[in-house]
Parts: sequence; C-alpha cells; structure tokens
Amino acid sequence: MKMASGQAGTTGRTVRQIRRGAGLYVLLLPAFILTLLFAYKPMYGVVIAFKDYSPALGIMDSPWAGFKYFEKFFQSYQFDNTIRNTLVISLYSMATFPIPIALALMVNQMRANRFRRFFQTVTYMPHFISTVVMVGLMLILFSPSTGLLGNLYALFGAEPPDLMGSSGLFTSVYVWSDVWQHAGWDSIIYIAALSAVDPSLYEAATVDGASRWQKVRFIDIPMLLPTAVTLLVLRVGGLLGVGFEKVYLMQNDLNITSSEILSTYVYKIGLLSSQYSFSSAINLFNTVINFALLVIVNQIAKKTSSNSLW
Amino acid sequence: MMETRNAAVAGKTAGGVNTRSSDAVLEAVLYGLAVLMLIVLLYPLYFIVIASFSNPSSVAGGKVWLWPSGFTLDGYKELLKHANIWIGYRNTILYTAAGTAIGLAVNLSAAYALSRRDLPGRKLLSLYFIFTMFFSGGLIPIFLTVRDFHMYDTFLVMVLPFSVSAYNIIVARTFFQTSIPGDLWEAAQIDGCGNLRYFAQVVLPLSKAIVAVLGLWIAVGYWNSYFNALIYLKNPDLYPLQLILRNILITNQMQSGMGSGEAAQIALRLASLMRYSVIIVSTVPIMLLYPFVQKYFNQGVMIGAVKE
Repeated sequence: MKMASGQAGTTGRTVRQIRRGAGLYVLLLPAFILTLLFAYKPMYGVVIAFKDYSPALGIMDSPWAGFKYFEKFFQSYQFDNTIRNTLVISLYSMATFPIPIALALMVNQMRANRFRRFFQTVTYMPHFISTVVMVGLMLILFSPSTGLLGNLYALFGAEPPDLMGSSGLFTSVYVWSDVWQHAGWDSIIYIAALSAVDPSLYEAATVDGASRWQKVRFIDIPMLLPTAVTLLVLRVGGLLGVGFEKVYLMQNDLNITSSEILSTYVYKIGLLSSQYSFSSAINLFNTVINFALLVIVNQIAKKTSSNSLW
Repeated sequence: MMETRNAAVAGKTAGGVNTRSSDAVLEAVLYGLAVLMLIVLLYPLYFIVIASFSNPSSVAGGKVWLWPSGFTLDGYKELLKHANIWIGYRNTILYTAAGTAIGLAVNLSAAYALSRRDLPGRKLLSLYFIFTMFFSGGLIPIFLTVRDFHMYDTFLVMVLPFSVSAYNIIVARTFFQTSIPGDLWEAAQIDGCGNLRYFAQVVLPLSKAIVAVLGLWIAVGYWNSYFNALIYLKNPDLYPLQLILRNILITNQMQSGMGSGEAAQIALRLASLMRYSVIIVSTVPIMLLYPFVQKYFNQGVMIGAVKE
C-alpha cells in the first residue's frame, strides 16, 4: 500500500520505518480494502437519507430532500410503535444479563470434574442451533394443538396459551428463548475470567474461615465486575439494535403490534417496498442513537468504575 | 474444559477440616439447580430426536414423551425426495468452506499486522476497523453498494464482502500480542526472514488456538445465517440451507398447494414429520464441530476479547 521507493539512509526515519513495515501493510491490505468498499463506501451512501433517491439518477445526482424523510418517520404511527417495541425487547433482554454470570459462578463451584464438563457442553449446545431452526423448534414445540407444550397442558386438562401467536407474550417468548439458547455460551467469558483469579485469594479466605458462599460473594463476584461492566456498556450501545433475524422469523399477523421493530421496519420499507431514502433515514436515525448511547454510557462507566471501552 | 485452578483449591478446603453446613446447603442447591437446567436444555432437543422417528399422529396426540412411538423412518425418507434441500446443503457447505477460509485469511493477517507495535500508523489503522463496529451505512446503502459492484445474486456476495470482522480482528490481535514472544521476530529478522514469511511460517503454526476458535465462530456464523441470502440472493439454485429451512419450518410452503382427500392427508403428515428430521439433519453437522475446537477455548483466547 505504501511501498516507499526512496533509498534508505538518504531519506528520513519515517520512510525507513514504513519500508520495514511494507510486509505488514501487505497483510493488512485485503481487510483494509474490503472495509473501505463494504463499510466506508456505504457510509457515504447514507446521504440518500437526505435525498430523493432515484436509481436512474444515482446517489450523486438525486435531488436533495433535507430532513423530509426523518420528519415523515417521526410523524408516522410506526415511529412510536417501532421505537417502543425495540426498547422493550432490548431492556428486557438486558435485564437477563446476570444469568450468564450466575451460570459461570455455578460452573466454577462444581468440583465434580466430569459433571462440570458435561454441564458446560450441554449449556453450550443450543448456541449452535441456527435462528431458523430455533424459531422452527419453537413453532413446533409451542403449538397449542399438536406441540409438546399443548400436550403438557392437556395432561393437566388445561388450556395452553398460544405463545407464538400472542402479542402480549411475544417479548417474553423472544427473550427467554434467547436465554435458553445463549446463556451457556455467554457464560464462557465469565468462566474464563474466574479461572484467572489468583488461588492465593481463596487460600487466604479459607484461613480466615470464609464459607464457600462468602468466597463467591467477596472474591468471585467482584472479580467478574470489570468484565460485566464492559459487556453491559456494549449492550447499552446496541439498545436500539435488536437483531433482525429472529424477530423477523417470529413475526406473524397475530403478534405484529409487539414485534415490529426498527430493523424489520427498515427492511420492509427499504427492500420490500423500495422506498430507499425513507428506509435509509430510519436506519440512520437508529445508528446515530445507538452511537450516542454508547458514548454516553461509556463516559458514565469511566467516571463511576474506571471501566471503559476507550 | 476450563482449567479452574481455584476449583481444586476450593475442593481441598471443603473436604478438609471445616466443612460447614452452609457449604453443604450450597452444594445441594448447586447440583439441584444444575440438574434442573440440564433437563430444561436437553429435553426439547431429545424430544425432537424421538419425534423424528415417530408416527406424526402419535406426536400430535401427545403419546411421545420418553421413547419414539410407532417407529418410522418416513421423515428421513421424505427428505431424500426434496432436491432443493440437498442443493441448499451443498451451497451451505460451499459458502461455509469458502467463507471460513477467506474470513480466517483476511482477519488473521490484518490482526497480526495490527498486533505489531512497530507498525507505523497502528493506532489510526486500528480505529479504522473498530469504527465499523459502531457505525454502519445501513441496509439500503450497503445493498446499493453490493449491486453497484455487480455482486447481487452471485456466489461471491455470500463469502467475500462481509468477511472482515472488527471484533475478530481485535480478539486475534490480542492473542498475537500476548502469546507470540517479541524476541522471535528479532531472531527471525537476523536470519533475513521477512514479515510475510515470518507470519506464514512462524506465527501461524504457533497460533493454532486462535485459528481454531475464530474458524469455529466464522463457520458457525456462515452455516447458520440466512440474512445475507435473504437480502442478496434471488436465484433459488444459490439458496443456502437456512433459507430453504425457513420455507419448510416457518412459512410452511410445503403444505400449501396440496389438494384434499386421503392423499393430501398423508402428504400433510409427512410434511409435519419432515420438519423434525430436517432439523436433525441440518443441525447435527455443525454441532459436531465443537468438540474438535473445545480444547482451545481456554482463558488465553477468550479473555483478550474483553480486556482490549
């Protein structure tokens, strides 16, 4: 990329350095170019959010529209709805963040090695199920008429709820199925952090007569805090970034009032009804809020706990 | 699998002189809870397996609980008749293999370059990648870019444009920084070894753990994703398995367009049975990858992700 052709010795220190780094730049080049083309070039393309984009004219020549599409979104009835749904799902998910931590603490207390390994393997396994299969599984198992859940309720002669076709239950089903699938996997990072705890801390605690619970409470949990804070900050930065894949698959006419979120709305407006500028405006609004949240929360984390991303 | 030194320590003390009643309670609660969790995690998966071998009427009628009822292989036989499943399977294998190879090559080499403190412009270049984690052009601008490059509805769009992952680069960079001793490079330089050869012949062989872990992440990602295919593919012959599964499991396209009467009844039952077998056939291969990589999931690889 920056192969310096100047003769070493006659030119300055920087050029010599860059020459020596030439091989390193070659290693960097493929990732650099792909990022330029498929991450930075689209960032420029974001200007269509402020234009009346027409494919015939292209990005450059389409006429400016100012904040027209942002206003259109703020005034549409979908604005409140999508933002609320996205926030509710996000905050609900975030409330489950202690679960992987609890799992890690549990695993760390298991002294039967075989059992521990088995437990870990089983808790990781669901992570490898694809989103499509996961939602398919839920549809099969939760079917009130033919599913496992329906049959379970039938055993007690009770009427089963329609988990997949209920607007009120949508968020709970979404969040808890996520916990089922990913809590084990998400605990890996905490288990790793626990395995790095200095054993002399436990020895000292034992000498002082601490119980096992006290060791968990006063050694393990404080040790996990920095990791937890870092991950939590990242989560807040993604508050309006609920993933498209699972929600879109779980959507149906019965739950759409709770399941229309920003990313599914962006997809429908943009690709299904080809309103490119409008879709980009919604998307940009989403990205900017996320970015601002991340910066703010990171500042707070920095001030209060000296943990931060940068 | 995780080497928990402290577990051993805790074991020694609790088994020793001061075993307390509170510790015993903790132990009971711990294992009780763990067993409960195992059941909640395993039973649904086990149920899918036995249901895939059972008569669909028994499954729907609530007769399948612990054992297959009315044993049959019809669900699996039915799979063989659907050519699109196998085309999807082939496509997914190709996307996963190519995507993983490209992803590893691109991200590991970039990560190594960024791990070297003597790289001029290192900080700025790191920021160049990290920024993409927090800001993106969004769906439509990316879609338009892909179309401008004539990659829409091609094999390439499934494996190349989105292969760079800032997150993976950071994890790998941390790994290289902490596990490849700097003296090695000094020594190699004296022997006249250049950066490229050093990376290929010295660094990579020492980095099996990170190759395995990132390789697993990337491969699982490709195997399981349907989003890019949904957005960028039109030709059904290019569809990956997940998009076909979506039609079978979620939008139920198999069931529409069938007539009525007894033949339709049978077809409907087979379709519902096939949903179980297709889940097994599509999920087991990627789950089998994990045990091979398991031993590399040690603290060295994982902890770097958060620390940086």
